[in-house]
Amino acid sequence: MSILVYTESENGKLKKGAFECVSYAKAIADEMGTGVTAVTINAEDAGTLGNYGASKVLAISNGDLDKFNAKKYASVLEQAAKQEGSKVVVVSSSADSKYLAPLLAVGLEAGYVSNVVEKPSSLSPFTVKRTAFTNKAFANTEINTDVKLVGVSNNSFGLVESGGSASVEDFSPSIAESGVTVESVDKVAGKVTIADADIVVSGGRGLKGPENWGLVENLAEVLGAATACSKPVSDLGWRSHSEHVGQTGKPVATNLYIAIGISGAIQHLAGISASKVKVVINTDPEAPFFKAADYGIVGDAFEVIPVLTEKLKAFKAQNA
Amino acid sequence: MKILVCISHVPDTTSKINFTDGDTKFDTNGVQYVINPNDEFGLTRAMWFKEKQGASVDVVNVGGPETEPTLRKALAIGADSAIRVNTAATDGYAVAKELANVVTSGGYDLVIAGRESIDYNGGMVPGMLSALTGANFVANCIGLEVDGTSAKAVREIDGGKETVATSLPLVIGGQKGLVEESDLRIPNMRGIMMARKKPLNVVEPTGANAETAASSFEKPAPKGAVKLVEPDNIDELINLLHNEAKVI
Ligand SMILES: Cc1cc2nc3c(=O)[nH]c(=O)nc-3n(C[C@H](O)[C@H](O)[C@H](O)COP(=O)(O)OP(=O)(O)OC[C@H]3O[C@@H](n4cnc5c(N)ncnc54)[C@H](O)[C@@H]3O)c2cc1C
Ligand SMILES: Nc1ncnc2c1ncn2[C@@H]1O[C@H](COP(=O)(O)O)[C@@H](O)[C@H]1O
Repeated sequence: MSILVYTESENGKLKKGAFECVSYAKAIADEMGTGVTAVTINAEDAGTLGNYGASKVLAISNGDLDKFNAKKYASVLEQAAKQEGSKVVVVSSSADSKYLAPLLAVGLEAGYVSNVVEKPSSLSPFTVKRTAFTNKAFANTEINTDVKLVGVSNNSFGLVESGGSASVEDFSPSIAESGVTVESVDKVAGKVTIADADIVVSGGRGLKGPENWGLVENLAEVLGAATACSKPVSDLGWRSHSEHVGQTGKPVATNLYIAIGISGAIQHLAGISASKVKVVINTDPEAPFFKAADYGIVGDAFEVIPVLTEKLKAFKAQNA
Repeated sequence: MKILVCISHVPDTTSKINFTDGDTKFDTNGVQYVINPNDEFGLTRAMWFKEKQGASVDVVNVGGPETEPTLRKALAIGADSAIRVNTAATDGYAVAKELANVVTSGGYDLVIAGRESIDYNGGMVPGMLSALTGANFVANCIGLEVDGTSAKAVREIDGGKETVATSLPLVIGGQKGLVEESDLRIPNMRGIMMARKKPLNVVEPTGANAETAASSFEKPAPKGAVKLVEPDNIDELINLLHNEAKVI
């Protein structure tokens, strides 16, 4: 009956999104009077999930699951949910979780709702609030199946420490055949990704050319932020496609989004508006982005950004 | 190779989003509908398979008669024939079940769908469809080559990309990157004329049950005015981000 949560890890370490999903599941479990069971795959720090409300962890360690594989992972989670008799299953909104969730939904015959931003407003009918129309609206959505699958939007619920502890059990599910094999991965090591970042620094066509991206990179480094860009910037080949954010790019739901030389077209705003605080730096006071921003500087990025970067460096050194 | 491209019929990206009937229905008043951008990339890739590898390309939509202009547009871009499953698309699972029926009865080898529809952003139809039909599945697909029954696909991952080997039958969730932006096609006059003569078959639904239902909609609370900081007063911006917004 417990609520099952898939907790993601990378290189053996749980991700922040894992703690958020467990916090979210705990809020539902408290209302339903049940516990939270987390599933980890090759994570070394499974015990830390207790602090966010997991009472039990099903810890899988299996070399065959070293690389993410949607079908294998979905099958493993399906087995865990069936073993636990879970009626509610929680996953994150990372690219990997969104990949496996529809497969898991079919396996569990569960109604699935993605991009959920709050804990359920009602348990019967089970109703959750999700974003729709690329953040231009919310839809209150009922799930009418016996088993319910909820995809929690990144940074929407936050981390809630409950100071508990979890029992960690080994779990050895059978591994499904998968018709998809990873041949190579092309990923910059040690760089914060847009999906995992608390802060994203993003550049637009106002930066004039790829040779000027040092400005964005340096600012991001000081803030421990991920870098991103507008669509034309990736279309022009100034930055890789994987940095493109917006309605047709990656969604951004960070605590702080800094937009440099981006006009704020509706398709760009749609994809980033779930971010909590937005700062805009643009030479044009009429740029539409100022209407969507919390803080703004009407100014030239080539003058403002180097000063901002230096001052933040000093600020960080002082507050470290 | 028989290709099916799933086309979702969505409001144009610049649409104003409003609701009617006590915030329970999307207000279609004045809204322009288009082929879902993610599906447009997929359709363009399908045209490449048609022209370079002799594939046949059908398009399908689950929806009411109002979606036919969108299917005609796909025909004008070059699809061979269109199928409309005559039922309102209310839930991803029900749509996936209807599509699974089309895929199975049509014997398609490759199904190209989009990463997500830009209206409800479910991001679930392609994955569910693959699970229902037993096909392989690659999400966030930004590159696809097919050779006989083997396929090589590139998937965008958080912070990069990965290349995978797989085989037909295959479903992909395509997105920007699958083809170059400059390769996207606008239907020309000849295409539009030809599209009128191409078959658009209406089939009745199997009647799959929805598992979820949107009971009401809300719009985000209006935003307060931006606080402007002078470019020579960066200290103030840092102060605001630290003490007021508490994000650094
Ligand atoms: C179907 C569709 C989907 C789309 N999806 C997306 C999407 O997902 N993401 C996306 O980003 N776009 C998307 N777009 C494109 C979008 O409409 C805009 O064209 C794009 O966002 C503009 O990018 P930009 O702001 O970088 O460039 P521009 O609009 O050219 O703006 C550049 C800005 O930089 C400012 N600037 C110039 N010099 C400086 C300086 N020295 N210092 C500071 N500021 C300066 C200018 O004042 C201007 O505001 C989509 C469009 C369509 C039609
Ligand atoms: N009503 C529909 N008819 C045909 N294809 C659809 C429909 N809804 C979704 N799809 C396909 O599934 C993809 C993902 O949609 P969704 O899961 O709704 O975000 C879309 O890009 C389409 O390719």
